[in-house]
Amino acid sequence: MKIIVAIKQVPERDAQVRIDSAGKWIEESNLQYALNEPDAYALEEALQLKEKHGGEVIVLSAGPERVGQTIREALAKGADRAIHIDCDDLGTRDALGIARLLAAAAKQENPDLILTGLQSEDLGLGQTGVIVAELLGLPHSTLILHIEKTESGLTVKRELEEGWFQTIELPLPAVLTIQSGGNKLRYATLMGIKRAKTKEMRRVTAAELAVDGAPVVVLDRVTLPHKQKSTQILSGSPKEAAAALVEKLKFEARIL
Amino acid sequence: MSILVVMEQRQDRIANISFEAIAAAKQLAAHSQAPINAALLGAQTESFAAEIAARGVNKVIRVEHPLLAHYTADGFTLALEQLIHKEQPSHLILPHTYQVRDYAPALAARLGQTLISDVVAIAATENASLVFTRQLMQGRLNGDYRATGAGPCFVSVQAGAFRAQTAEAPSSPIEVFTPTIDPAQIRTKPGEPFRGSSQTVDLGSAQFIVSVGRGIKDAENIPLVRQLATVLGAELAASRPICDNGWLSMDHQVGSSGQTVSPKLYLAVGISGAIQHLVGMKGSQCIVAINKDPDAPIFEVADYGIVGDLFEVVPALTDAVKAARQ
Repeated sequence: MKIIVAIKQVPERDAQVRIDSAGKWIEESNLQYALNEPDAYALEEALQLKEKHGGEVIVLSAGPERVGQTIREALAKGADRAIHIDCDDLGTRDALGIARLLAAAAKQENPDLILTGLQSEDLGLGQTGVIVAELLGLPHSTLILHIEKTESGLTVKRELEEGWFQTIELPLPAVLTIQSGGNKLRYATLMGIKRAKTKEMRRVTAAELAVDGAPVVVLDRVTLPHKQKSTQILSGSPKEAAAALVEKLKFEARIL
Repeated sequence: MSILVVMEQRQDRIANISFEAIAAAKQLAAHSQAPINAALLGAQTESFAAEIAARGVNKVIRVEHPLLAHYTADGFTLALEQLIHKEQPSHLILPHTYQVRDYAPALAARLGQTLISDVVAIAATENASLVFTRQLMQGRLNGDYRATGAGPCFVSVQAGAFRAQTAEAPSSPIEVFTPTIDPAQIRTKPGEPFRGSSQTVDLGSAQFIVSVGRGIKDAENIPLVRQLATVLGAELAASRPICDNGWLSMDHQVGSSGQTVSPKLYLAVGISGAIQHLVGMKGSQCIVAINKDPDAPIFEVADYGIVGDLFEVVPALTDAVKAARQ
């Protein structure tokens, strides 16, 4: 199977994010970046499918030069090669615009399967995979925890809400978005990191893909959320704060 | 111009979030005066259509076809695409459910549009353009979005963000729309929904819950919070990443993909408070959060908070509870 995994580089989970001076996005200088976690599960699923059935895993990512580092990490974990859509203007494109870039690059490869995480940890739109499927005219399914290859295509386990699941059969080629937790994530080995340096990372520019980049939805402003409740913050040393909390729970909330 | 709300049927009921979507549409209609129509898709929608007709909408549209008996992305996308062509709505409002996430982005893309997903607030600016607020960076920030395209604007609304009105209104007219769907156009074959492995941890009836998140860093640190749970007489629960990592079994999970709880006390340890977690616990009577990040979204719903290192605070709290109980 030839599998493309679309991955996104996002600010590190614990990074302190600040709104930029224009109030339109976050301050990007000094920000640490990492692989979007749901995409890490998509990559893991792809690598396991390759180990079982053979084939090739190609990593696909769009973004500025710094994205190359996250792509290298994916190659170090075992992807065979990568395509980097080099563009500095991701922020001005909406979900459709970005999916158009990914779909155009994926189409050239004629893959059997395209995987991606169910959503990103920064924007959280949760749409990219589904739009890519629509643009390529491929069947899709979302929130997938397990993939089984069959003679006619795939049988997948889809997560529903409130602890329910569902099995879905679909033909190949197809697009799936992967829910986290289906597999245990692997770490890159030293050998993998070494090998990644020699693996092919093809660069293509957004201009070369010649897709419509004009957005129909724009992010105008970024703000701090309003608090829903007024939280009493209990300060002091850990011991003092703990004692204060017990007092509050006993005499104010009256639940201890 | 009208506003079209797509209702969602879940097993034997209309999911409440669908009525929240109607509430969001009413907020939108307050700015545009557009009539609100509600669509329900399925093979047999008669009884639910009557229920929706009593919720103060302009009309209810039963989108019926035998191939819509079971949800498929292909079937729903085709049916709604045809309905949109007929109704020409200015806005489509959908509940942000797993089902909507599965087809709405494709439907919007088919019409050259982009869904504004998981919206928590709708407002109008001075020049009367509409602003849709959604959360960014796992709930740490809000983003104000605006549609600039000419086509219908697609919006999905977050569970709990808009208050559904329960008051009965005079019944509105109900009509049937029959889309054209060919069996060959449905490419996926869905199976019957099934429950995950048997639930051995019943968090639903627990009075006290101590819940642990990513901040615990390693499986070997779990006993630290287990001790706190024990002295409190609480059930131990977790956010999704803890279960994903296999540090606690899946039936400990609180949130949209796990259990929904409303105990007297919910003590969140090292949980940042992503929306997927908050929807599962924000109905708790008293919420306490212990987190090192003062900006963590969990503090937005907490009654009491301690900002600090959980590895120092949790043992101190365990001791304090023990002392109080002696």
